[in-house]
Amino acid sequence: MHVPDGFLDAPTSVATAAAAAAAIGIALRGARRELDDRVAPLAGLVATFVFATQMLNFPVAGGTSGHLMGGALAAVLVGPYTGLLCMTVVLVVQSLLFADGGITALGTNVVLMGIVTVVVGHAVFRGVQLVVPKRLSMVAPAAALGAFVSVVLSSATFVALYALGGVIPIPLDTLLTAMIGVHTLIGLGEAAITFLVVASIVAVRPDLVYGARRVVAVRELETRLVAS
Amino acid sequence: MRAVSTRTVLLIGFLVALALAGVVSFYASASPDGLNRVAGELGFSGAQQSSGTSRGPLAGYETVGLGNARLSGGLAGVLGCLVVLGCSSLLLLLRRHAPEPARTGGE
Repeated sequence: MHVPDGFLDAPTSVATAAAAAAAIGIALRGARRELDDRVAPLAGLVATFVFATQMLNFPVAGGTSGHLMGGALAAVLVGPYTGLLCMTVVLVVQSLLFADGGITALGTNVVLMGIVTVVVGHAVFRGVQLVVPKRLSMVAPAAALGAFVSVVLSSATFVALYALGGVIPIPLDTLLTAMIGVHTLIGLGEAAITFLVVASIVAVRPDLVYGARRVVAVRELETRLVAS
Repeated sequence: MRAVSTRTVLLIGFLVALALAGVVSFYASASPDGLNRVAGELGFSGAQQSSGTSRGPLAGYETVGLGNARLSGGLAGVLGCLVVLGCSSLLLLLRRHAPEPARTGGE
């Protein structure tokens, strides 16, 4: 969903750039706490993996394609602050090196595919974790649900930005229906990929997954109780 | 059960990323993505302006000067992986060793 230059007017692009800069500032502060011995090595890999996977457009209905955004995946694997930094690096490299997503639209793309997907993905993931049993087998499904919702809300956020500063007037209800419709399908692909990746890492090294920490901690506690 | 070392997880993950960007990407769908499709159907795709970086050597995930689509796209993907890994690792390394902010004074 890389927004090219020209879709949104200058004031809106400036505003999204300011919002992106503010969020990156917060993430830079927050990431210091997340980046411990377990998260730090994984973070660079997460950014690389998101970049690689974003090249893989999968077909959805009617001659349309979509690709992983990866914000929810990054938030679950390395934490939301570090996750946003990973997403920002990917989006900046894509814009500058690959002309994928505009330059004046870079702030917009960081808002849509970085901030919204990371924040929504993380919030839904944590929300699900609160209500389901604290088991490792629940981490990947919770991440997948977060991924699905994050894509749909990201597309809705684009419509909100378009309402503020879309250059060509379009009926907004039509735009909202079309964007949500196609991104519901893309969101299912996002959920499937996120599930697969999170489940794979949880299966071999759950301690490396930021979002599995609470569950791992609970398990350790139970072991000690039995042992005593 | 023998635990898989962190080094192994990172290495396998990186090799998978390289394979996806370097090889599998050739088979990715070339159809317009969700946003471009909607823009075309609703008639605002005309507002799109060419990016200032669209004449760069890797623009559009194609390596300039390489005629073979498989090589051109694959090399662009691999180079992209290396650049993203380098930039993100550097940023996070700097963040990790950044000094704690002074606790005095209100936020």
